[in-house]
Amino acid sequence: MSTRTIRRFFAPGIALTLFLAAGTNHAAAKPPQSPSSDDCLACHGDKSLTTQHGSRTVSLFVDGKKFSSSVHGPLACTACHADLEGKDLPHSTPLARVECGTCHTDEQKQHSHSLHGKAIARGDTLAPHCVDCHGNHDIVPVKDRNSAVAPLKVPFVCGKCHQEGTPVQTQRQIDQHNILENYSESIHGEALLKKGLIVAANCVSCHTAHNILPHTDPNSSINRRNIAATCTKCHAEIEEVHRKTIRGELWEKEAHVLPACVDCHQPHKVRNVYYAEGMADADCMRCHANEHLKAADGRTMFVSAAEIAASRHAHPRTQAVPVSCSQCHSEVNVSRVRPCETITHPVDCAKCHEDQGQQYQRSKHGQLLAAKDPNAPNCRDCHGTHRILDKRDPESRTFSTRVPELCGSCHREGQKAAIRYVGTQHEIIQHYQESIHGKGLLKSGLTVTATCTSCHTAHMVLPASDPQSTVNPKNVPTTCGACHHGIEEQFEQSVHSRLITKTDKALPVCNDCHSAHTIRRTDETGFMLDIMDKCGKCHAAIAKTYFDTYHGKVSRLGYTKTAKCYDCHGAHDILPVADPRSHLSRANVVATCQKCHTTATRRFAGYLTHATHHDPKKYPFLYWTFWGMTTLLVSTFVMGGMHTLLWLPRALQMRRELKAEEAQEEAERLNRAGIEDKSAGKDGNHAE
Amino acid sequence: MPSDLERKTPQPRSAATFDLRGPERKRLEREYVRFTRLQRALHACMIVSFISLATTGLTLKFSYTRWAGMVSRFLGGFQVAGFIHRTAAILMFGVFVTHLYSLLQLKRREHESWRSLLFGPDTMLPTPKDLHQFVATMKWFIGMGPRPQYGRWTYWEKFDYFAVFWGIAVIGSTGLTLWFPIFFTRFLPGPFINIATVIHSDEALLATGFIFTVHFFNTHLRPEKFPMDTTIFTGHMPLAELKRDKPEEYEALVASGRLEEHLEEPQPEIVVRTIRVFAWMALSIGFSIVVWIIYAMLFAYK
Repeated sequence: MSTRTIRRFFAPGIALTLFLAAGTNHAAAKPPQSPSSDDCLACHGDKSLTTQHGSRTVSLFVDGKKFSSSVHGPLACTACHADLEGKDLPHSTPLARVECGTCHTDEQKQHSHSLHGKAIARGDTLAPHCVDCHGNHDIVPVKDRNSAVAPLKVPFVCGKCHQEGTPVQTQRQIDQHNILENYSESIHGEALLKKGLIVAANCVSCHTAHNILPHTDPNSSINRRNIAATCTKCHAEIEEVHRKTIRGELWEKEAHVLPACVDCHQPHKVRNVYYAEGMADADCMRCHANEHLKAADGRTMFVSAAEIAASRHAHPRTQAVPVSCSQCHSEVNVSRVRPCETITHPVDCAKCHEDQGQQYQRSKHGQLLAAKDPNAPNCRDCHGTHRILDKRDPESRTFSTRVPELCGSCHREGQKAAIRYVGTQHEIIQHYQESIHGKGLLKSGLTVTATCTSCHTAHMVLPASDPQSTVNPKNVPTTCGACHHGIEEQFEQSVHSRLITKTDKALPVCNDCHSAHTIRRTDETGFMLDIMDKCGKCHAAIAKTYFDTYHGKVSRLGYTKTAKCYDCHGAHDILPVADPRSHLSRANVVATCQKCHTTATRRFAGYLTHATHHDPKKYPFLYWTFWGMTTLLVSTFVMGGMHTLLWLPRALQMRRELKAEEAQEEAERLNRAGIEDKSAGKDGNHAE
Repeated sequence: MPSDLERKTPQPRSAATFDLRGPERKRLEREYVRFTRLQRALHACMIVSFISLATTGLTLKFSYTRWAGMVSRFLGGFQVAGFIHRTAAILMFGVFVTHLYSLLQLKRREHESWRSLLFGPDTMLPTPKDLHQFVATMKWFIGMGPRPQYGRWTYWEKFDYFAVFWGIAVIGSTGLTLWFPIFFTRFLPGPFINIATVIHSDEALLATGFIFTVHFFNTHLRPEKFPMDTTIFTGHMPLAELKRDKPEEYEALVASGRLEEHLEEPQPEIVVRTIRVFAWMALSIGFSIVVWIIYAMLFAYK
């Protein structure tokens, strides 16, 4: 938009505004004047005018000359600083940020949809506003070589933020490194900066000026689908050339996987070389095929071509050709004898696997890595390096049956993750292997059975205390419900669901009854007998009285067929007894009893399943029966006991007398026997 | 009538037996028959069923002790224990009914009328004489009088006898309620099952505790009979003991001149030995149960 047009469009408008303002001012009691540009410059023309922004001293000087020669020169200050309208001068409060979009509607709209605009909306302090690129009072037309956004200056405008060491590059997630350096060495950068060819592509040629979007956005000018169109803005025929080199059939069959420009000509590093002659895998393998190749620290640098050929990257889903070495090991420089010597960063998988990368960064593993913890697992610790296989490949380290072993390499008792863990879960791997999930997966080989990653996720692993965690109590029903959907539906209708019961108290979720890693079949004796203690953790009093009744007592003896909590109350669909849908509501209770007592009647259902004789208020008849019986028992024992105790001394006396009598008898008998013996002896002698 | 006795005593079979030990010599003496074969059989059945009922029932009552679980598992689990309990209950009812039937037979055989059976000299019903003997016993206990001249049935024996009637009525009726709750709740409200549980369990505790302490002492552990009185098992009682323990009965028999009719050869050695083994087992199980009850009530009560 030229200066003239602006003036033509807006001058009447401004005049009208001024006129109306004057009109209202007339009506007001105290008529304040709309300040003219001269009024403003009266103060802001002073070079020494400053203000404090925090600890910084900022100049408030406005160069009147420059402003009048700028594209906005004909406009009054208030045209942009609209909030100055009607203010007393000098104004005490700082002015609001100028809304360029009032006039530059389209640009403003693009900008607010762009990556930068969204960052502003998020409150990101590093995000650029209009003035950060265009300047303020000295804006000249783009075609003017003095413009801040003239082609020659664009790389530096963008580079203010997008170069190594800036807060944006270090604190925000920017996948590209050394952008400005690479660009200036690229064919585009050389043409623009060294040879002054101002039609050479600069940043905005590819990224657009205001509509800057991440490459993952389908509307972005640098999205895979759009990049060809973006490049062909200048390289009009180049796509035709490429089409010739690609077999026609492939073009028809796999149009979506054909390489995009950037697959070969890496962004920011575009060079005037053919990639086939440049960084082909063969170049890497010239050295790395050597089995004895070692790094300075002794690591083997051997790369097995066979491993790579068998890996997922040899036949990726997103492109027709195998992923080349330099797509992962970026930063190679083909102009060097050892192209890899320019590599400064490890492989960043998130370049392609962006979602996984973002999840990983938020995860506990990612947090540890960011904190430079030597134990933090990175991509390759789980996935390996060159021999990465699809997780559906039984040979893959991330194949479901091998996941427990993989996670166990750190989380098994005594290993590095288990050592630093302070929570309540122990022997995780062993317990999992004995659990229903572990048996299903490892013994029955059912690969859809829940493994570690099914509950904890693969990449966004967070501790249960984190509200974002899939194993946070709030999220557990949803996590389990991913497979046990029917149960989740029942549970979310029950009194235990936080959707139904609003309380500050902790409500139970799946793992409170089923445990986390020791989940058992619910028809196993152990589970059935433990459930009363599980319910009793919160329902202590009612669980105690259950054990005072027949059901509770026989369950204590290990009889599992007796009514347990869930047999009457329901398992996942527990509702208050007052709820007509409850298993224990008046309408349903007889049917509930009939599950075991097939001929149960309503009166039979009147049996008090939680009655205790300890509660005189709730169960007076039981209380008094018990104490009546106890009185009978105690008085009988007291009487019987007294009788016995009183008897004892007499009985002992009788025993003594009896013994004495017996002893005397015995003596007499022996005496008599002795006499008989003698006489018998005499008789015998006679006989002889 | 000592002379009578001497006459009936078998002579030593040879000269070699002249130094027979006291008890063995006594064994060869004819003994007084106190209990009939049926009474002994009923008592043995009663022991078996009572101990079974007590053991299985207490596992349930004291289910909170580790012991209960062990006993229950030893018996083959809760279901088997329940089966044993019910079978033993049927046996107990059987004993009870058989005893009532034997009373009928007794009346037909030896008594002209119920009156003579129920109010005769050998009645099991409490009489004023029992009250007098109770008072006299108390006096004897505190050294204010001689040992009363007890007859065929002492007052504590009568108490034990009627305790069984009371127990069968109370424990039996509540037990049936718990066995057939659906039938009984046709005419009783549901909470009666709860009440029946309390009564059944506490009355059973009373019965168990009483039998295994007071009854055991009164009959077996009394110092003059220690360690056990086998009369109820063999049916036989040495005449000297009858004379000492039940002087009134002895003298009445002597006076009527019919003592001879009530004497019999002693039980064979093997029978006595078997009986002792059985009685020892019953006694020790009984004592173990008492220890268990005390432990459960005092140290593990919930």
